[in-house]
Amino acid sequence: MNPVLRSILSTSFLFSIIRVTTPILFPALGVAITALSGSLNIALEGIMLVAAFTGVVVSAFTNNLLLALLFGILSGVGIAALLGYFHLKLKADIIIAGIALNLFASGITVFLLYIFAHDKGVSSSLKSLVFPNVQISLFKKIPILNSTLNGQNILVYVSFLAVIAYYIIIYYTPLGLRIRAVGQNPDAASSVGINVARTKMYALLLSGLFGAFGGLYLSMGYVSWFARDMTAGRGFIAIAASSIGGNLPLGTFLGSLLFGIAYALTNFLASINVPSEIIQSIPYIVTVVVLTIYSAQTSKKKEVGEE
Amino acid sequence: MEKFILKYFNLIRTIIAILIGVAISIFIIFFVSKNALGSLKYFFLGPFLSKSRLGNIFESATPILFCGIAAAIPFQASQFNIGQEGAFFLSAAIGTGFALSVSSIKLPGFIYVILTLLAAGIVGALWSFIPGFLKAKWKVNIIVSSLMSNYIAYFIGLYIINYHFRDKSAGFLTSYRLPESDWLKQFIPGTRVHIGVLIAIACAFIVYYFLYYTKLGYEIRMVGFNFHFAKYSGIDVFKVIVLSSIIGGFFAGIGGMSEVMGIHRRFLWQISPGYGWDGIVVAIIGKNNPLLIIFVSLFLAYLRTGGQVLNLLSDVPYEIVSVIESVIILLITAEAFLENIKYRITVKEAERKEIIDESSS
Repeated sequence: MNPVLRSILSTSFLFSIIRVTTPILFPALGVAITALSGSLNIALEGIMLVAAFTGVVVSAFTNNLLLALLFGILSGVGIAALLGYFHLKLKADIIIAGIALNLFASGITVFLLYIFAHDKGVSSSLKSLVFPNVQISLFKKIPILNSTLNGQNILVYVSFLAVIAYYIIIYYTPLGLRIRAVGQNPDAASSVGINVARTKMYALLLSGLFGAFGGLYLSMGYVSWFARDMTAGRGFIAIAASSIGGNLPLGTFLGSLLFGIAYALTNFLASINVPSEIIQSIPYIVTVVVLTIYSAQTSKKKEVGEE
Repeated sequence: MEKFILKYFNLIRTIIAILIGVAISIFIIFFVSKNALGSLKYFFLGPFLSKSRLGNIFESATPILFCGIAAAIPFQASQFNIGQEGAFFLSAAIGTGFALSVSSIKLPGFIYVILTLLAAGIVGALWSFIPGFLKAKWKVNIIVSSLMSNYIAYFIGLYIINYHFRDKSAGFLTSYRLPESDWLKQFIPGTRVHIGVLIAIACAFIVYYFLYYTKLGYEIRMVGFNFHFAKYSGIDVFKVIVLSSIIGGFFAGIGGMSEVMGIHRRFLWQISPGYGWDGIVVAIIGKNNPLLIIFVSLFLAYLRTGGQVLNLLSDVPYEIVSVIESVIILLITAEAFLENIKYRITVKEAERKEIIDESSS
């Protein structure tokens, strides 16, 4: 059998797909919930960066994983709240405000990294903690599941739970119903007494929560340090992943998985003799192609230029 | 006074936003620096204290200005094409390849320079065509597609230089040097300010004329102002969306090549230099008006130069500049920021007018 094919079909490849999907899945859920509420949060990149940074710094200085988790989440939700405040209260364009917050996050994390660690690249001089990998005894009995799903970082399982939580929130809670109502027709929602701005704010705060988990996973699970701009566009890819999935729970999960597969393939194909630049561009090309196919199918219903 | 405030409200608001950004930076510097006053001096006065630093402002404003007008054109049509970064990078790479490939023909310098710039501009235009076309044809989200196109352009550009035009005698990844006849001349001794800055300013004036005094420019602004009105008044929306992207990309492409021909004289970027993002920033702060963008680019370049001086001579890192930039953008885009003041003044003016009307009647 072809060695490339064999390595692709191996369980370690499946394991790595799950590993690289998680930091896309978390922000994708964050994008999805805001998109359902009728706004688009493109600041997930910044939310993840800030949470990743806060988690590393807090864990290094307090040596307490729970505090790192708490402050990481608070910082991510804080950026989302800032976005909500500027967009909903001060009537800023959400896209421009999102770009500004991404710029802010990129700058402030490097700035503070230099203050705390006297390094502008990575936080390796800080002794930060990581979230543990866990073994789930239930999986041990099932051959393929055991080697692909078992022994992953705990936040990987949290990301699966997050998909379920997202499902429950949007279909089985009053807030979810309001979020969907506001997204579909804000005027109608407002006429039956729903506070549109507040509902959108809640959606943004939840997206901050999801994004914060994604950031924490990046710096305290995927790797064990913070590096400048370590999100590397995942917050943007998340937009593609959730829009492929129609912003619904299962769709968003599958969309993220698609990019996970593309990423993992990139890592595997790099071992054979293809210029690495070409391989590295594959996930981005896939994004454009899939998004085009998806949009071409849905655009028949709408007019060009309508947002 | 009130009338003055109302008339120049937008300008005043922008200036207040900038002042708040600056105030926050002063606050941060006092917070982190051991020698705060010295740091402040480096940051705000540093750029003016030597000829080479003054030159630095104009040098670094050049690519920002190109990318700023490149972003302003699609933004005027409300098309959030943020692919300037990729167009800049890819055009510089392919433009360098083009310049090196035709170097054996021995073209006269003037024609050679223009041909190279045009080639790069066309590459930028073609590259930016993709997200514009996808948006116009299938309603593909232009933010996402142009963002992805940046990454793709980056990898293609690196591939082209690395596999076809790499100078293997250099110790690092770089292209061969451009022949001297293809350089943009640096015309102020002691600085690296080159002809590109004049081209950029000329382009800004051309784009200003184009946007405000031509039919297509009017159509672009109308689509941005009110999509449905534009559509139902017979404007070809498809054409406007695609062309605004193409024309924007053209200037991003020229910008990339001018940076290669004027400053480095070879393609040596291994990471994307980020001028595309700066372009978006200056376009937003300058309200997509090319003439304002000239000043905003210079202002941003001044902040950057100050940031570099600060980074070099004090204990405050350069990234403080990003913090200021983001605060300024947030405040400028926040429509409701200071809006209540404008409202109060408007009401007051109206009441006064009413009293005058009543007393005269």
